[in-house]
Amino acid sequence: MDLIRRLLLLAVLAAALPAAAQEKFIVVASTTSTEQSGLFGHILPAFQNKTGIQVRVVALGTGQALDLARRGDADVVFVHARSAEEKFLAEGHGVKRFAVMYNDFVLIGPKSDPAKVAGGRDILEALRKIKSVAAPFVSRGDKSGTHIAELDLWKLAGIDIAKEKGPWYKDTGQGMGPALNTASAMNAYILADRGTWISFKNRGELGIAVEGDKRLFNQYGVMLVNPDKHPNVKKDLGQAFVDWVISPEGQKAIGEYKIGGEQLFFPNAGTPGA
Amino acid sequence: MKNGAMLPLRLDDVSFAAGGRAIIEGISLEIAAGPSTIILGANGAGKSVLMRLMHGLLAPTSGRVEWSAREHPGAPRKQAMVFQRSVLLRRSAQANVAYALKLAGVGEPQRGVQVREALESVGLAHLAHRPARVLSGGEQQRLALARAWALHPEVLFLDEPTASLDPTATREIETVIRAFDAAGTKIVMATHNLGQARRLGDEIVFLDRGRLVERAPVGEFFSKPQSAQAAAFIKGELPWT
Amino acid sequence: MTEALATALALLAALDPKLIEIVLLSLRVSLSAVGIAALLGFPLGAAIAVGRFPGRKTLIVFLNALMGLPPVVVGLLVYLLLSRAGPLGALGILFTPSAMVIAQTVLILPIIAALSRQAIEDAWREYEEQLRSLGANRIGAALTLLWDTRFSLLTTVLAGFGRAAAEVGAVIIVGGNIDGVTRVMTTTIALETSKGDLPLALGLGIILITIIIAVNAAAYMTKELAQRRYG
Repeated sequence: MDLIRRLLLLAVLAAALPAAAQEKFIVVASTTSTEQSGLFGHILPAFQNKTGIQVRVVALGTGQALDLARRGDADVVFVHARSAEEKFLAEGHGVKRFAVMYNDFVLIGPKSDPAKVAGGRDILEALRKIKSVAAPFVSRGDKSGTHIAELDLWKLAGIDIAKEKGPWYKDTGQGMGPALNTASAMNAYILADRGTWISFKNRGELGIAVEGDKRLFNQYGVMLVNPDKHPNVKKDLGQAFVDWVISPEGQKAIGEYKIGGEQLFFPNAGTPGA
Repeated sequence: MKNGAMLPLRLDDVSFAAGGRAIIEGISLEIAAGPSTIILGANGAGKSVLMRLMHGLLAPTSGRVEWSAREHPGAPRKQAMVFQRSVLLRRSAQANVAYALKLAGVGEPQRGVQVREALESVGLAHLAHRPARVLSGGEQQRLALARAWALHPEVLFLDEPTASLDPTATREIETVIRAFDAAGTKIVMATHNLGQARRLGDEIVFLDRGRLVERAPVGEFFSKPQSAQAAAFIKGELPWT
Repeated sequence: MTEALATALALLAALDPKLIEIVLLSLRVSLSAVGIAALLGFPLGAAIAVGRFPGRKTLIVFLNALMGLPPVVVGLLVYLLLSRAGPLGALGILFTPSAMVIAQTVLILPIIAALSRQAIEDAWREYEEQLRSLGANRIGAALTLLWDTRFSLLTTVLAGFGRAAAEVGAVIIVGGNIDGVTRVMTTTIALETSKGDLPLALGLGIILITIIIAVNAAAYMTKELAQRRYG
């Protein structure tokens, strides 16, 4: 009996031991929409082949991703919320921000189009119309880059959404996928990033209502978490990733990623002001 | 009296109450080595509680239970008890006996020898490897006896050991008890069965409603009961049970 | 629903390596958690069952209540422990399977301790007089009971495994649902659902349920056979 117990203990400890620490890896905090778009699945193998570094992506909302890095639990952040990223830098948690790529948001809506916005190119006008007919609208409500972008657009449209929302405005507190599920079930309008929309399979009656407005562009930035503040950060490996992603090779890989023949992300590293 | 002998056992004005009810009241008696003692009485007379007080499973609410030698915790027990329904472990018959010996610190190969002897003494050697819990009621009680006797205790307490058994099994158990008695183990047995008391007992300790009412050698008790309660009890029971 | 079934069967038939990896990781994490929880929980349950000490009844109530710990709360607490900013951050095991094992162990330890306590306490009621008569002390009695109640304890282990294999809240927080590293069945189902790939999610769900049923069936048969042998 004692022997059996000892063997069990050994087996269990062996199973629970951390994965072989020989593997080089970094933890990159990114957003659910980026991961679900499938971009990482496409570009990371190229990076790993070249450098032997495994990239472990923890996908959360933008706010959570940055908070994760603030606690020192990530080596690199790869998100798309410029103001939040600048704040992160100002707090000293990041080393330097590099523009990487942009994608765009699209306004999704039901085919029945109660607000009559389909085919338009003006997102602000569309939002005003949606509010005026009180058409159901799903918001992510989760501090994500998409959510922040949505709030900024309401503001630009001259609407104080916090004060002026009604039962038609559904604040769900969910990630992009679940929010799209909700919109699909309710036949509601929703602001989504193109990447998640293209891979989203549960469309129901939904389709793209408004796209192409310059204000719908979504800029991505990458930062190495500051090793001075968080000594455990894998400085060299993390920097290797940052360097690669903005290098011509990385940028090419990003541009080559397509779903259904459509390019999702547009590399723009080095663009001033991005 | 052997040096270190547990007997005689003295009960000094022992009382036991539980849940506000007095179950044993003011019992004083001395149990000496030698004759087999039967604790006799009707159901509810307090026999089982008295047995447990003597064995040490219960502490008296007043009075003292005193053995002539102290038992040291961890040392092999010099007194054992067999209950009306014995609890056997989910292992083989011989493993159950071995368990008791292991507790007493008996090591191999001595232990294996004693296990075999104990099983043979109750006629269960052929069932040594059988899982104890699939044995019949009578076989289980015999196994309990083997387990209790394996350490050759000075005193063997038996609390109505055949009350749940059929007549054949009862007779088998009584044969074993008689053998242990002949081998020198002090037998203290509780029963409400007059026939069994007569068959196995040398002396009778008669309890009625928690009190010790009469004590006499077996012949005298049945032919000339001194107390009214004893007389009524003897008459009330059918003589062939 | 039929699409989901078809997807599930297609995945299994193809022995999709990604699927195999996910299933094996799920089993590895949950079985490890069950193993550790049993090693810690059984002695704990036995000790409380046969022990007598002040505050015992309060402890039992507390232990029973902990059975209902929400997985997501456990995940959060373990995350705070293992985060670099937390007390055990230096171990660096956040976002690894080890963290998931720890979180699930914390989650099911109360279940195993509370249920084994109940089983052993019931057995103690039956065995106490006899074991004390034979001269066993409390510790010896507890160990003997642990072995004698082994069939009931097997059911306890199953309850723990079921809870661990089915939960997503704890492992997704401490594991990070990292592709190829900490992605298990439940977190994959959550991910595919949120991506809107419902047939795939449902297919995986069917596989998960089948695994749990298979484990339960195997344990049940073992228990039946053994009980018939040992009584």
